[in-house]
Amino acid sequence: MVDPIKVYPSKPSKVYFYGTCLVDMFYPDAGIAGVELLEREGIEVLFPQDQTCCGQPAYTSGYHDQARSVARAQLDLFPGDWPIVVPSGSCGGMMRKHYPDLFKDTPDEVKAAEVAGRVWELTDFLLNVCHIKLEDLGEPTTVAMHTSCSARREMGVAEVGPKLLGQLKNVNLVEQVRPEECCGFGGTFAVRHPEISGAMVSEKVDALVETGTRQFVTTDCGCLMNIAGYAEKNEKPVEGQHILSFLWSRTRGKGGQQS
Amino acid sequence: MSETAEHTGHHIDVKEFHPRAQAAIHNPKIRKNFRSAMDGLMSKRKTAFEGWDLETLRDLGANVRLRALANLPELLEQLEKKLTENGIKVHWAVDGDEACRIVRDICKARDAKTVIKGKSMVSEEMELNHYLKAEGIEALESDLGEYIVQLADETPSHIIMPAIHKNTGEISELMHEKTGTDLSNDVEYLTASARQQLREKFMSADVGVSGVNFAVAETGTLCLVENEGNGRMTTTVPKCHIAVTGIEKVVPSMEDVSALLALLTRSATGQHITTYFNMISGPRKAEELDGPEEVHLVLVDNGRSSIYQDDELLDTLRCIRCGACMNHCPVYTRVGGHAYGTTYPGPIGKILMPHLIGLDEGRHLPSASSLCGACGEVCPVKIPIPDLLVRLRQESVDGDNLHPAKVRGHGAKRSSKEALIWKGWAWMHASPGIYRFGTSAATKFRALQPSKAGAWTDYRTAPKLAAKTLHQRMKERGQ
Repeated sequence: MVDPIKVYPSKPSKVYFYGTCLVDMFYPDAGIAGVELLEREGIEVLFPQDQTCCGQPAYTSGYHDQARSVARAQLDLFPGDWPIVVPSGSCGGMMRKHYPDLFKDTPDEVKAAEVAGRVWELTDFLLNVCHIKLEDLGEPTTVAMHTSCSARREMGVAEVGPKLLGQLKNVNLVEQVRPEECCGFGGTFAVRHPEISGAMVSEKVDALVETGTRQFVTTDCGCLMNIAGYAEKNEKPVEGQHILSFLWSRTRGKGGQQS
Repeated sequence: MSETAEHTGHHIDVKEFHPRAQAAIHNPKIRKNFRSAMDGLMSKRKTAFEGWDLETLRDLGANVRLRALANLPELLEQLEKKLTENGIKVHWAVDGDEACRIVRDICKARDAKTVIKGKSMVSEEMELNHYLKAEGIEALESDLGEYIVQLADETPSHIIMPAIHKNTGEISELMHEKTGTDLSNDVEYLTASARQQLREKFMSADVGVSGVNFAVAETGTLCLVENEGNGRMTTTVPKCHIAVTGIEKVVPSMEDVSALLALLTRSATGQHITTYFNMISGPRKAEELDGPEEVHLVLVDNGRSSIYQDDELLDTLRCIRCGACMNHCPVYTRVGGHAYGTTYPGPIGKILMPHLIGLDEGRHLPSASSLCGACGEVCPVKIPIPDLLVRLRQESVDGDNLHPAKVRGHGAKRSSKEALIWKGWAWMHASPGIYRFGTSAATKFRALQPSKAGAWTDYRTAPKLAAKTLHQRMKERGQ
């Protein structure tokens, strides 16, 4: 599923920011953190106000006509040739990997493929396009990381989060058992098969708690609301945040070095 | 749901996936047996591929299978011709029932009363043992896992390790009860006891029935991969050998087998090579001292040719039945093989079974996945399992007018209520102004957000609406 070879663009002066609907309504701080990190790298952030949702919920539920009508409304939002950055492996994967299939045999086929080719998961973009250098200003702490399945397998960014966290000198990254196993979110899967999803997230939370850390970061808000929501409801001693929020809070107030 | 209904596998209602899955999730023994077995298998596979360029090998495997499938009709004709030249009788079966009748007729012609079987998932698909029993023919499984499953009157819970749902203690109790062996946790003792019983059956069985891993068209050779030697006994000791296999198992040449074999054993059990690799190319010749007098091959379609008609679904037929997808599946690991209620469980079952039983019967199979992609990542022949699951979900709800549904039983899961919800959702999200109005109103009145949100909040708290949307905050920043 992952491209055999990823060809990163050179660092642009502008990017389109595609916030995603979960960030929009539930985790806007993560979106703002992403914007701040990009701006500190000297990149102008364009935020098309007409963006809504990538269409993934309908797509994975099999309602492709509906997914296509929503996705089509996104295709015109990026008229320039700037990269499109997404603070989510899941929505990024939908746009990059599935838009070409979704629009196959439609008049938008070419445009969809063109948009898809410009989509980047934001942490991947920060590390491998901006070559970001993070200066840690925070107190010593320990954190675990959950990379979403789509970030790992569709966008191929499993190494990115740990590398970014590794730049933070006072942050000790611990690894839970079976780091590559799904947390059980899976969009509508979590409500269509609640017991199975519940069994998966309970084991993920146990694995995180077993590391001894009290906090985890993740690439995706779907995983975040699943894992943190389970921990909160079941009073497990672990809290989560989006990796962008964590990176920004550790380094804010300082200008990053330009590459 | 009774214990019997859960395990016998006969006339299981596949639609009752949820209660079976729920029961498995609350069964600590099932959870522990599968978790520890799958952990072991994942780790063995990883070790077995160390030092290999796995991606290149998977590409090779995928291409070997794709090439074979691209020429499937011609290869099957070539295979039939070569096998016939080699003295192997070829039979064609459109479905499981016809395949069972063919096997029965061969048995009856020899006046056979007992059949010894090597492991064959196609024979499970055919429900051959039950068919033969009703015809007065006793069929005994000789693969150790299948033997245990048969003793317990169950179906396999895994395509490679049929009795993986049982631990040693459970197997010991079962063998004690059914065959009178001593209660023991000594695996060597239990295996030796089973072997003793099976040896006698091998000597007396009239017919041996086996599966096929690869059927080589160029040479007319049936390849059989196994570890216990039971496959070799089954195919050489009885006077008649009947191999049953799906029509997709044919490959052009022996060269193709080497890549697939390297991938199969490593992906399945983490072995570099199995203990036995049998190449069967005909019955006993006049000057030979052993081997069967008659060899038959039953080529079973059972829905495969309809899969073959569709360029996307065709990828399903690449499968070489290694089981790696289930070993790595977080859903399979939680619910075990029997919850699916299908011959093939796990990810491959979810994309294959709907074609065999119809999407009406198998309606819950495609949705029972978080689409995590672990199956597609480990598949040795690169079947895009998650994409095929999405395709089958689309078929289940007839959700794409542009690409009309084709699979038998399509639309079985479509409900007008759910379709209406998605229409409303699409209308809102395709209208930016309405979306912004709706989301900013929701955040503004977030105090009114209900704390319960259906099944989501059975296990988790509801996500909390932010005070302002990202749209609003970006607008305030002038962006």
